[in-house]
Amino acid sequence: MSMPFYVAPEQVMKDRADYARKGIARGRSLVGCTYDDGILLCAENPSQMLHKISEIYDRIAFAGVGKYSEFDQLRIAGVRHADLKGYSFSREDVDARSLANQYAQMLGQIFTHEMKPMEVDILVVEVGRKPVDDQLFHIQYDGLVIDEADFTVLGGDADAVRDRVAASYEPGAALDVALRAAVQALAGSERTLGAGELEVAVLDRNARRRCFRRISRADLAELLTD
Amino acid sequence: MAMPFFSPGDDPGPDFAELLRRTSPPSPATQLSTPIDPTLYAHGTTCVAIRYADGVVMAGDRRATSGNWISNRRIEKVFPADRYSGVAIAGAAGPAVEMVRLFQLQLEHYEKVEGSVLSLEGKANQLSQMIRGNLPAALQGMAVVPIFAGYDLNRGDGRLFQFDITGGRYEEADHTATGSGQLHASTVVKLNWKPEMTRDETVDLVLRALWEAADEDSATGGPDLIRKIYPIVATITAEGFVQLDDDELAERFRSLIERLNGSE
Repeated sequence: MSMPFYVAPEQVMKDRADYARKGIARGRSLVGCTYDDGILLCAENPSQMLHKISEIYDRIAFAGVGKYSEFDQLRIAGVRHADLKGYSFSREDVDARSLANQYAQMLGQIFTHEMKPMEVDILVVEVGRKPVDDQLFHIQYDGLVIDEADFTVLGGDADAVRDRVAASYEPGAALDVALRAAVQALAGSERTLGAGELEVAVLDRNARRRCFRRISRADLAELLTD
Repeated sequence: MAMPFFSPGDDPGPDFAELLRRTSPPSPATQLSTPIDPTLYAHGTTCVAIRYADGVVMAGDRRATSGNWISNRRIEKVFPADRYSGVAIAGAAGPAVEMVRLFQLQLEHYEKVEGSVLSLEGKANQLSQMIRGNLPAALQGMAVVPIFAGYDLNRGDGRLFQFDITGGRYEEADHTATGSGQLHASTVVKLNWKPEMTRDETVDLVLRALWEAADEDSATGGPDLIRKIYPIVATITAEGFVQLDDDELAERFRSLIERLNGSE
């Protein structure tokens, strides 16, 4: 009978983390930030059908980077969790914090117990009635939850994009200003990104019930050229 | 509440009702063996839907009765199902309101999971399946008989569907009614309906139909001018589901009463 080689747990975790990180860095980046009337989510995504940004509930949205099939599976689990919770209790009782914790548990479980970690970074955001109540939860492949203030960047060369967003971000900016800053940060100094390469959606603070709204490419082109 | 996660072969897809069956026990209403005394629970009554030039008008009175008691004066029986459709209910109020809640959620859940909206016919079929699921309760006396109406964005036209307790789904061309006052309401609509009516004419007709139903049927409530309770009336057009405000309804009832005074 052959014995498996001993591998130190530190090494196992490091290998898995490296594997997941490599998969996530291979894709393009996504920026989430608050603006005066809500939360803006902006991703570099040439596909109009395979969304990185989606609606979860009345005031909650989801964004994912990395392997599409994996974050889409997480997105659907989130919609199910939120709809079941709203049905059992009340629509007001569905919140992003509990959803983020659920995601963290699930990702943590998969990271430690499965052969392959999920190659995803996800963002769960909730728009408040007032700007101070806006919430951005960034959840990593290993289940680490980061409660972000104002803005966050996921995927691709996240560190470089984050530095660019940090340099240009203004709290309480109007939508078109925030959008242009986000697109500029995604593109960097050497490229320009057009409406055809972007996926943009907002959580509109003042909407009656469902706050999530996709911005069509036609509207996007207009917002970018103003 | 744990996050629901399914293996690929076992996934319930965009069906919320199926998801609910997988995650929670069945409701007690489906496990009853003897009929419940109908005076012990509330019944909702008359609803009318009429097709007109721009779409559909739906309306329902506000009375709920338990036997010969008026159990509620302000019950609502007309609801938006989603942006471009609405549902009006008659029958046992508890299961009916619950069915509407589940139906609204089913449509929204499908839209979010799939990323696209169900066709109007697809929505009507979903409601039909829910009514069929309620058949054991219907045989105990707790029937739910809704009307489903919506604006079909593909055809650019309003459409109406009526149902029976077995989940049978029947599309109506011009108008339909449900509930205990349906006979009187339908007669009024039938005698006065004409093709391509305007919004104003249709709303006045629907109010007249409810007025006459309330006049003949004790379970249907008329406008309550003292408490300022009026029927729920909504239009469903290319602009979506829009509920009429009470000021407009008060004004229309005032002129209806004037007309009735003048002719009698």
